[in-house]
Amino acid sequence: MKKVQFKSSYSQYLFLAPQLGILLIFLYWPIIQTFKDAFTMQDAFGFGATFVWFDNFLFIFDDPAYFIAFKFTIIYSFVITLITGSIGLLLAVQANNVMHGKSTYKTLLIWPYAIAPAVVGVMANYFFSERFGLLYHLFHDLWGFNWYESVFDSYIYVIIAGSWKQISANFIFFLAGLQAIQKSVIEASMIDCKNSFRRFWTITFPLLMPTTFFLIIINITYAFFDTFGIIDTTTIGAPSGETRTLVYKAYMDGFRGLDLGSAGAQSIMMMLIVLVITIFQFRYIEGKIHYN
Amino acid sequence: MTRFITSSFSHLILLIGILIMVVPVWMIFASSTHTSSMINMNGLQMFLGDSFYENYLRVLLYQGGFFKEITALKMFFNSFIMATGVAILSVVTSLMAAYALVYYRIKHATLLFWIIFITILVPLELRIFPTYSVMAELNLVNSYFGLIVPISASAIATLFFRQFYKTVPDELLESAKLDGANTWRFFVDFLIPLSKTMIVAMLIFMFVFGYNQYLWPLLVTTSEQYWTVVMGLKMMSGSIVHRFAFVIMSMVPPILIIIVLQKHFIKGVFQDK
Repeated sequence: MKKVQFKSSYSQYLFLAPQLGILLIFLYWPIIQTFKDAFTMQDAFGFGATFVWFDNFLFIFDDPAYFIAFKFTIIYSFVITLITGSIGLLLAVQANNVMHGKSTYKTLLIWPYAIAPAVVGVMANYFFSERFGLLYHLFHDLWGFNWYESVFDSYIYVIIAGSWKQISANFIFFLAGLQAIQKSVIEASMIDCKNSFRRFWTITFPLLMPTTFFLIIINITYAFFDTFGIIDTTTIGAPSGETRTLVYKAYMDGFRGLDLGSAGAQSIMMMLIVLVITIFQFRYIEGKIHYN
Repeated sequence: MTRFITSSFSHLILLIGILIMVVPVWMIFASSTHTSSMINMNGLQMFLGDSFYENYLRVLLYQGGFFKEITALKMFFNSFIMATGVAILSVVTSLMAAYALVYYRIKHATLLFWIIFITILVPLELRIFPTYSVMAELNLVNSYFGLIVPISASAIATLFFRQFYKTVPDELLESAKLDGANTWRFFVDFLIPLSKTMIVAMLIFMFVFGYNQYLWPLLVTTSEQYWTVVMGLKMMSGSIVHRFAFVIMSMVPPILIIIVLQKHFIKGVFQDK
């Protein structure tokens, strides 16, 4: 904290008021409402709600579709993190290596970051459509790809659609991380270790741990929340709900099914998951990373 | 010689990466300049056709939607208002809140800190229906205000500004106080000019974030007058080449902003590392 500060006075509240006001009305009020929804059940005509304790939670735990969505969300986050992280790192290392054209490569690789997930999904649609989708036909010729029916194939579809633009984000952060490593460290390691492959894994990669860790969180958040637009414009959950993320399922139950109690309970479950990931981040991983 | 081989290898990998990024978008763009019957017969195209003006003008000016009340041009206008609103509102409120958190000796500072930052853990997707009912209760459905404000209820920029203010040397405030600057003058004349890079980076980030919103506009706009570009993708009907043209146009604004302003963006986001 600062040693020199202004004394507490009414003016501090003027500075805090706009953000606090917006957060209280448009964030805290809805969150309180979410908890209310989660512990009550609407009657059939929407006139009233009764307090039902944990019934809504018990219902979602009884619902096989919830576990299908849960399983998919975990697999999806893991695979997207792995794919986009490793391709992003590979590209960043090469871009950091080259003498000429570094900034051109950078420009040509970062722009997909700006495209909306929903737009990426609509584009992916064209490449996976049965009629003229190039990837659909390529994969179909290879192993009879058919995402309308095969769960595995629908996974491939949404994983490719979900990974494409996220490679850019990983690339930007890894490149920045690489450029922040001091030249002297790299030069010293070049004398000690001639094998550039081993040098990377023993010297450079450990120094990139803070970036890697940060990106894992970014990628998981992306797979959890931002992929809504991708799912909604590609498989819409096809073949039969196997490619619905938890967010997508909660939305569908609330919107299509008008089951606000279940949607509320599902939201609270997700808040808990996010909370666990965050605590894990602070407690476990942060302690094990060596910052340079 | 080995130097030449490793660097050629790097260039090769980078070229493959660029192809993976560019080719899909290029093919949709090339296809959008053909006629629908051409696409229906021969699939996606690699080379440009000659219906560019015809297709793009039609998409921009065509009255679409269920009630034929909206053109793509109007959607771009709406998206622009929404993205600009989100960027300005969230950056201004975050700048101010971070200032109070760092530069005041506040009672219950820790509590305030948590009230603000715990919100990062609850993205809009987790409170989407209750937020909608709040908006309905406040009569804000189908308004620019309704599109902008819930998206701006975010403390991410506050976190960045707070980190940045903490790196500003204490001497700055000391000397400003000697010059007789009060809290407002110090904020406006000293701190804001100093945070310019960070402000630009956050404006870009929040603009793209606002422009790319999909679920919220879908829910909060029942009147076609307020449709935005990204949600409009799902709503607009039309033949296949018109859809291609719409997809391509929808990605132009954020891509242009990121490419043109990439130096500021990257400098601002990474300066405290």
